[in-house]
Amino acid sequence: MSEAQGNTIEHTTAAQAANAMPLVRVHQVVKSYQRGAQRVEVLRGLTLDIQAGEFLALMGPSGSGKSTLLNLIAGIDQPDSGELRVQGQDIGQLSEGDLADWRARNVGFIFQFYNLMPVLNALENVELPLMLTNLSRSERRARAENALALVGLADRMDHYPNELSGGQQQRVAIARALISDPTLIVADEPTGDLDRESAGEILQLMQALNQQLGKTIIMVTHDQRAAEHAQAIMHLEKGVLSSREEVQPRAN
Amino acid sequence: MFFLSLIIRNALRHRLRTALTVLGMVVAVLAFGLLATVVDAWYAGADAASDKRLVTRNATSLVFPLPLTYYPRIRAIDGVQAVSWANWFGGVYKEPKNFFPQFAIEARGYLALYPEFLLSDAEREGFLRDRRGAIVGRKTAELYGLRVGDNITLRGTIYPGNWDFVIRGIYHGARKNTDETQFFFHWDYLNETIKIRIPGRENRIGVYIAEVSDASEIARIARDIDAQFKNASAETLSETEKAFQLGFVAMTEAIVVAIRLVSYLVIFIIMAVMANTMAMTARERTSEYATLRALGFGPAFLHGLIYGESLAIALCGGLLGVVLTFPVAAWVGHILGKFLPVFTVSIETVQMQFIAALLVGFLAAIWPARTAARVNIVNGLRAVA
Ligand SMILES: Nc1ncnc2c1ncn2[C@@H]1O[C@H](COP(=O)(O)OP(=O)(O)OP(=O)(O)O)[C@@H](O)[C@H]1O
Ligand SMILES: [Mg+2]
Repeated sequence: MSEAQGNTIEHTTAAQAANAMPLVRVHQVVKSYQRGAQRVEVLRGLTLDIQAGEFLALMGPSGSGKSTLLNLIAGIDQPDSGELRVQGQDIGQLSEGDLADWRARNVGFIFQFYNLMPVLNALENVELPLMLTNLSRSERRARAENALALVGLADRMDHYPNELSGGQQQRVAIARALISDPTLIVADEPTGDLDRESAGEILQLMQALNQQLGKTIIMVTHDQRAAEHAQAIMHLEKGVLSSREEVQPRAN
Repeated sequence: MFFLSLIIRNALRHRLRTALTVLGMVVAVLAFGLLATVVDAWYAGADAASDKRLVTRNATSLVFPLPLTYYPRIRAIDGVQAVSWANWFGGVYKEPKNFFPQFAIEARGYLALYPEFLLSDAEREGFLRDRRGAIVGRKTAELYGLRVGDNITLRGTIYPGNWDFVIRGIYHGARKNTDETQFFFHWDYLNETIKIRIPGRENRIGVYIAEVSDASEIARIARDIDAQFKNASAETLSETEKAFQLGFVAMTEAIVVAIRLVSYLVIFIIMAVMANTMAMTARERTSEYATLRALGFGPAFLHGLIYGESLAIALCGGLLGVVLTFPVAAWVGHILGKFLPVFTVSIETVQMQFIAALLVGFLAAIWPARTAARVNIVNGLRAVA
């Protein structure tokens, strides 16, 4: 476990040193949806920079375009116009196949409803993204076990999603998001389906990922308390971002 | 391994649904195999035919006879190695429903022409020595409990009166497709009895069977025979034994076509059922497939999962169907033995069954796989599982 941590930290600092520019650069991005005859402009020339190692919370009323923005940054949606760079690479220009490869290497996903594969147990769910690498079976196993231990589920490896609580499922999902050592982690309302206690545990875990492993995290949330676990909060309203608000470090 | 286990676990998610689909597949493949076997059985006579045997009959119709005097003239044709003859008897054993083919044969020559009818030497000698002797195929013997030494009486329909015989032998087929239902007795016995009962109707032959020395010459020899009797009182029509047998089948070709159509229809129906199952399954897993794609898995992976699952279910049902075809065909063959003397499942049928199963599995996956690989990831993730 400590070994895995050491590796990840080294990797992140190296990447940070190499790039003076922000890790994520969203520049004048426009995104609209066609609904019947009507064209709904969700993001109207949105600009945002995210530095490596940041933990950013995105808040805003329902329908303001938070998920849309997150999906664009995560490379599962394409902008109408504008620039979307991650580590200097314009991901808006990638073909669908290249974008899929890019996601596999660079993005860790945490969903509101966990989105685990119901037929795979916890360990296999975490191992799943490594099926896209050339790692040997034993290596995959070892890494998945490490990641599960990291989220505190060493004793639940062979449990299936329906045998785990919501909070535990979300930890499995976090382990899965970590496993391929991604450049950034995106989380769309990761505590939206959890009770306060489980939500608190998940948020602390994410905070630890950010502070101890140096992971860059972008989290969408409706919950002010959840947002306060991040380093900074931004509000999105009608497709426009408010200014950035730093969270005061709390005494634990 | 991981991939394979994922496919199998997916297939087993809705046990009842998968079990019902597999069951449907079993029934369809079984029905397909049985119907193909029925069609094969229909053509079995033609398939078992030797390519060195010619059948010569009256050119006008099979119901008209040929004179006995044709024998030496056919025998003399260049390339003919042996000649024998047979008359269709068409008698009734106890009741009309007890049907089996009966022929009056020129015994010694006929048995030499048909080495596929296996008899022990003792039985053969016993038959040849007894003017009223008869030999019967294994299946008919078993069906009516006939044993060597038994007396049997047939009521004539073409040749009036009662005809008494003694069973002198029970023949077995040398090959699987040899007809084991026939009944043979001495043409001499028929002819001499007729001479007394209906004078003037003796010395008439149903068909001549000629064996040629070289199969590649058979068409030429057939033409020579027919040329020999051109403008004679009874003109002849000579054809290969296969063509002769097919002539009987042709009368019922429409039935065969209908059976074939039904067998394809069965496969088509299971294909629709299977495609519906796969589409339903894929729709339920929309958000899972979208998640996989978000994680970076490409369309090929999803195709593999969906085609794999569909093929696994189809082949599982197909395999069970094939395995069941053999005992069920044996049972059906037992019931239909009277009408379809040769009822065996051929290698070709098994191959067709597997191909049908593969095809069903493949075609059923096309639409769901396309949809899963194309659906917009963001929309897919929103789909409620
Ligand atoms: N695929 C789509 N087709 C049509 N309209 C869409 C689509 N996706 C999003 N929208 C619309 O775009 C707007 C922004 O949606 P988005 O999901 O980004 O909002 P959100 O801020 O995440 O809201 P919530 O807090 O409810 O999740 C909404 O008005 C939504 O209806
Ligand atoms: Mg949202």
